[in-house]
Amino acid sequence: MKNFITLMLVAIFSWLAVLPMTASANNVQFPTLLEGLKQKNFSKKAVVIDQLEITGDARVLKVFQHMIKGKLYYEKSELVRFVFVEKNESGFAITNVLNDEPLGSVGKREVKKVKVNNKLRGKLRLAIAKLSLNHPDVNLRRDAVRLMFKNIDAAAVQLLTARLTVEAKDKVRDTIEVGIALFDLESIDKQVKLKSIEILGDSLEPAARAALLPLVAKDDTNDYLLQDRDVLTAAIKAVARIDAKLKYNNWAETIYFGLSLGSVLLLAAIGLAITFGVMGVINMAHGELIMIGAYTTYVVQLLMPDHIEYSLLVAIPSAFLMAGLIGIAIERGVIRFLYGRPLETLLATFGISLILQQLVRTVFSPLNRSVETPQWMSGAFEINSALALTYSRFYIIIFSLLVFAALLMILKKTSLGLHVRAVSQNRAMARAMGIRSGWVDAMTFGLGSGIAGIAGVALSQLTNVGPNMGQAYIIDSFMVVVFGGVGNLWGTLVAAMSLGVINKVLEPWAGAVLAKIIVLIFIILFIQKKPRGLFPQRGRAAEH
Amino acid sequence: MENRSFVMNLLANDNAARWFLSTLFMLGIVVPFCNLMVPQDSIFHVSSYTVTLLGKYLSYALLAIALDLVWGYCGILSLGHAAFFALGGYAMGMYLMRQIGDRGVYGNPDLPDFMVFLNWDTLPWYWQGFDMFWFAMLMALLVPAALAYVFGWLAFRSRVTGVYLSIITQALTFALLLAFFRNEMGFGGNNGLTDFKEILGFSLQSDTTRAGLFVFTVIFLALGYLVSRYVVSSKMGRVVVAIRDAEDRTRFVGYKVESFKLWIWVFSAMLAGIAGALYTPQVGIINPGEFSPLNSIELVVWVAVGGRGTLIGAVIGAVVVNFAKTFFTAAAPEVWLFFLGGLFIFVTIFMPNGIMGLVKGFSEKRAARLARQSPSEVRS
Amino acid sequence: MSLKTISGLAAAAVLGLASQAAMAADTIKVGVLHSLSGTMAISETTLKDTMLMLIDEQNKKGGILGKKLEAVVVDPASNWPLFAEKTRELISKNKVDVIFGCWTSVSRKSVLPVIEELNGLLFYPVQYEGEESSKNVFYTGAAPNQQAIPAVDYLMNEIGVKRWVLAGTDYVYPRTTNKILEAYLKAKGVADKDIMINYTPFGHSDWQSIVSDVKKFGSEGKKTAVVSTINGDANIPFYKELGNQGISSEDIPVIAFSVGEEELSGIDTAPLVGHLAAWNYFMSVESDENAAFIDAWHKYTKDDKRVSNDPMEAHYIGFNMWVKAVEKAGSTDTDKVADAIIGIKVPNLTGGTSTMLANHHITKPVLIGEIQDDGQFEVVWETDGLVAGDAWSDFLPDSKDLKADWVTLKCGNYNTKSKTCSGQNF
Repeated sequence: MKNFITLMLVAIFSWLAVLPMTASANNVQFPTLLEGLKQKNFSKKAVVIDQLEITGDARVLKVFQHMIKGKLYYEKSELVRFVFVEKNESGFAITNVLNDEPLGSVGKREVKKVKVNNKLRGKLRLAIAKLSLNHPDVNLRRDAVRLMFKNIDAAAVQLLTARLTVEAKDKVRDTIEVGIALFDLESIDKQVKLKSIEILGDSLEPAARAALLPLVAKDDTNDYLLQDRDVLTAAIKAVARIDAKLKYNNWAETIYFGLSLGSVLLLAAIGLAITFGVMGVINMAHGELIMIGAYTTYVVQLLMPDHIEYSLLVAIPSAFLMAGLIGIAIERGVIRFLYGRPLETLLATFGISLILQQLVRTVFSPLNRSVETPQWMSGAFEINSALALTYSRFYIIIFSLLVFAALLMILKKTSLGLHVRAVSQNRAMARAMGIRSGWVDAMTFGLGSGIAGIAGVALSQLTNVGPNMGQAYIIDSFMVVVFGGVGNLWGTLVAAMSLGVINKVLEPWAGAVLAKIIVLIFIILFIQKKPRGLFPQRGRAAEH
Repeated sequence: MENRSFVMNLLANDNAARWFLSTLFMLGIVVPFCNLMVPQDSIFHVSSYTVTLLGKYLSYALLAIALDLVWGYCGILSLGHAAFFALGGYAMGMYLMRQIGDRGVYGNPDLPDFMVFLNWDTLPWYWQGFDMFWFAMLMALLVPAALAYVFGWLAFRSRVTGVYLSIITQALTFALLLAFFRNEMGFGGNNGLTDFKEILGFSLQSDTTRAGLFVFTVIFLALGYLVSRYVVSSKMGRVVVAIRDAEDRTRFVGYKVESFKLWIWVFSAMLAGIAGALYTPQVGIINPGEFSPLNSIELVVWVAVGGRGTLIGAVIGAVVVNFAKTFFTAAAPEVWLFFLGGLFIFVTIFMPNGIMGLVKGFSEKRAARLARQSPSEVRS
Repeated sequence: MSLKTISGLAAAAVLGLASQAAMAADTIKVGVLHSLSGTMAISETTLKDTMLMLIDEQNKKGGILGKKLEAVVVDPASNWPLFAEKTRELISKNKVDVIFGCWTSVSRKSVLPVIEELNGLLFYPVQYEGEESSKNVFYTGAAPNQQAIPAVDYLMNEIGVKRWVLAGTDYVYPRTTNKILEAYLKAKGVADKDIMINYTPFGHSDWQSIVSDVKKFGSEGKKTAVVSTINGDANIPFYKELGNQGISSEDIPVIAFSVGEEELSGIDTAPLVGHLAAWNYFMSVESDENAAFIDAWHKYTKDDKRVSNDPMEAHYIGFNMWVKAVEKAGSTDTDKVADAIIGIKVPNLTGGTSTMLANHHITKPVLIGEIQDDGQFEVVWETDGLVAGDAWSDFLPDSKDLKADWVTLKCGNYNTKSKTCSGQNF
């Protein structure tokens, strides 16, 4: 009931704001106006959108929503009905715009899209916002309010005020108040103005700060332009309040960015911590194993195009197996002849990396492949109005820690782990104790490679999937493992995270390139201080 | 070394070295002759393309000798040796840029073109003096030497060894790569230095100059080989080999391991610098790509393919691998990486001591005699 | 063993000798100098395929001057000195009559002295920073005034952008383009504090901080846009980060000069819809020539999902111009072809006609496209007529006096003030 009243109120206000029309007129007007969307000229289409908006027809919202997504089409046949489309196997499933009646399937060439450009998209979004102030989803409601910040006028304020009377959620209420304050800031009544400055000063909305900034602008002689001292003082205080909060935000953001970069480094390096750190193989093909993982993700998505949401869950074990098997093949085929000659493994694996790159180029083409991001990994989680943490990065941080923990468990708690440690510490002794060192070597290398493959799945969500992708990570991976201390998994974790954070702290004032150079020099100097990395191995195993 | 008998002494029992030097000598005479004197349509004519190509191979060969000294003989696997090479190359490049003078596209008498379009008004201080050939050549030696000295002094004193050392040399060259990419550095950014006109007044476009450069490369390679040969067969060389085989023992016997390592490291960097200075005018461009860690790894591969711990092996490796690259990139552009990758795997598994190791296997007698010099396993 | 030593070196020497065996000129040889491996293979392999297709088609039409064309493909492997070496190989060993190739500026700069020394012909198909005009090179890609300046005009006049982020990869093309744009924007009254310039290294993959800075820069009230000269590989993580941090094309549009259909084919474009690119050709342009070209391309590659892009069109134009010039000159001789080609008109793929100018650049239309969810561009704006490529920018203090004219002045960088011509390699 309450919703119904709101709806009525909103409808009434929007009519008040513009031209009142009768319902009967709409029925006629709506289809006629739609015809206008067939025009090619974008500015003419914009006029049609304005006209559609003021009809207040209930179908307008759906039309706008589909239009912005590129799902509003019209038929090329003589019927020329406007339809909503959904992709299906044969082409499109279409629905009549006028009465929501399903019209079956058509081929792609039988319908024509109503095209939109940026300007129209902005217009549509604002119109949708106004029409969806009453949406049941809190976040959507608030986003709608935010969209209205840009052109806040009397009509918009009326809509907002109406919503405020019925809005129950605090975060939407706050946002609406900011919106109203933005309007009041232009008021000639000084008290209203001061009150609005107060409200804006409490908000972290970028629009609030942007609206306050002109008030504290200075002229060439460094004097404030604003004459009214009271307003000026209030504005200065308000901006200072916002900036103080933003400072904390910035720090939080930098740390988050650093951890996120660190988690990428950790993922890239952790497989190498096994093959290089534990087994002593200078594995130059490590980057290509990451690449194999990423291509596996691509292939998995090709195989299950309708279930992109779950594709990553399938890709993780597949990538592990794929990269792991290739790793075992590399170990059995090449590396087992080279134990005791670690530096030569560098040469052989460098050759393997060239071959794997070219193989991918031949099989998949040298072009990048497109890996889709599932819905649940897109977007950002909002801490406050100015600070949002991206989901994809967040999941990757968690994922990297999970992989790390799993690996640690395997090495510490399973018999394979025990054998691995035994062989890496003293091969001859381990063999004497009846451990099949060949089998253990193959399994260990397979494990390290498989984990590199898993890293590839995660990285496919952040960066290019192409034949060169492995090259981008190989040097960083070695730096991380060496910095952390060869053979120490915890060292790898700490090294990855600290290098990530250092890099991101340096970046704002040094720039991306210089930050990286400084980090490299830091590693060089650090190794002078601690020649065996952060966490050196102790005891006999440490002797070469 | 000018002393003939001294050279003869040095090479007294070394047929390989004599063959190698005679081959170089022949190349140094025959190639320029066939290029300049033999008419174009003769079957014996050597094209300028081949001359510059051989010149490039031979500069690489000198670089390979430099790496072999530290890796093959001293057990320091440097994954950043291309950095010294590139620094030498840049010193030469800076000289060649200054030689352009006002013949650049903007006609500015002092500033190279890339500085003009980035709106620099004056030449940065570190570009001063590079208009003088002797100064530039001095820098081609001193800059790599100074960098090697500082780096080596820090690393060897703190006893950074094995893979740790390898990885930080890689960090070094990577840091330099990024630094030289930056346009603010004043070295032409990604484009590097190019469009050279002349060296010491000789046009770089003329065949005579190119033949001359080739002869110089041959001479420097021969000299570099001889000096290195002398170093490794001297007492110092034997200590260095001892360090490679058992660093701790050598230290306990009372040798200052750090000093020996530092010495050979700096010497090797200087050789690499010379190689770079010879390389730049022959290929006509020097850019930050030369600092790429991949280049350094490839360099290690050349030495391994040729046979490390044998100076001639390093030369052969550099020439063979680069020849293979030239050949395959033209003959099989789509699949040449398969061949190259396969070659590396094949060599490491079936020819652990490289081509030279294979050659040695042919003669039992010779193998026995050379056994003292053959590389034992380098431990990491 | 010494035999081995010698044979190794001798083999290298023989390479040169053997290659000298005279080759009868019964075919016209076309060198294709594009990286097939290494970092640039991503972009350049397609151009190699394009050239092979064009050559194939020309042969079906009977070749040129009664001779068949023969493609000579080499792989310079994204290694810049190797570009110079391979050029020398193509011209002096394989005796090619013309070379189509290069992508990056540095590869072109590396090739330049060699091609001038050996008096070869190079057609360069990629948009570039200008500031060059060589006797032996024909620039069929866009100069900055054929891409960057119209793009900024569009944003300023049609979208009302007041604040500018100039983001680029740290190399010569973005540096020069941004210098030109900065001077241009300031001339249009944009204040210093409303321009933010940012450079990143090649293959930069962690864009979190920079995108966050752009977001803050854009939240100060004025309409903001990003002009991106970010190169190839770094684009995908950049756009992904934009999407993740919720920057939509309506808030802060990004206009790119190096992102085309091919780059987009490696990425999920849904979050990018509405961002812009400025080119001289889009695959989505409706014209008969374009439809025919795309059909031929799909047939040649046996893949009807392969996209076409701007540098491909540049090769198409360049190749056809060269064919016409050879026919006009009646010979493949470099000097004759270079003289004959000036003024040659061939249809481009956007329905117009491109002309080779005396400064070795061509006339092209400039199109602005918005990214669609299918990875194609929708043209939202185009210049009224064709824009003539300008070798030397009018907005850089040192180059505004320079002029390139190979017909009357016979000089690529003639200084109109001092009336001199400098920096020629011949």
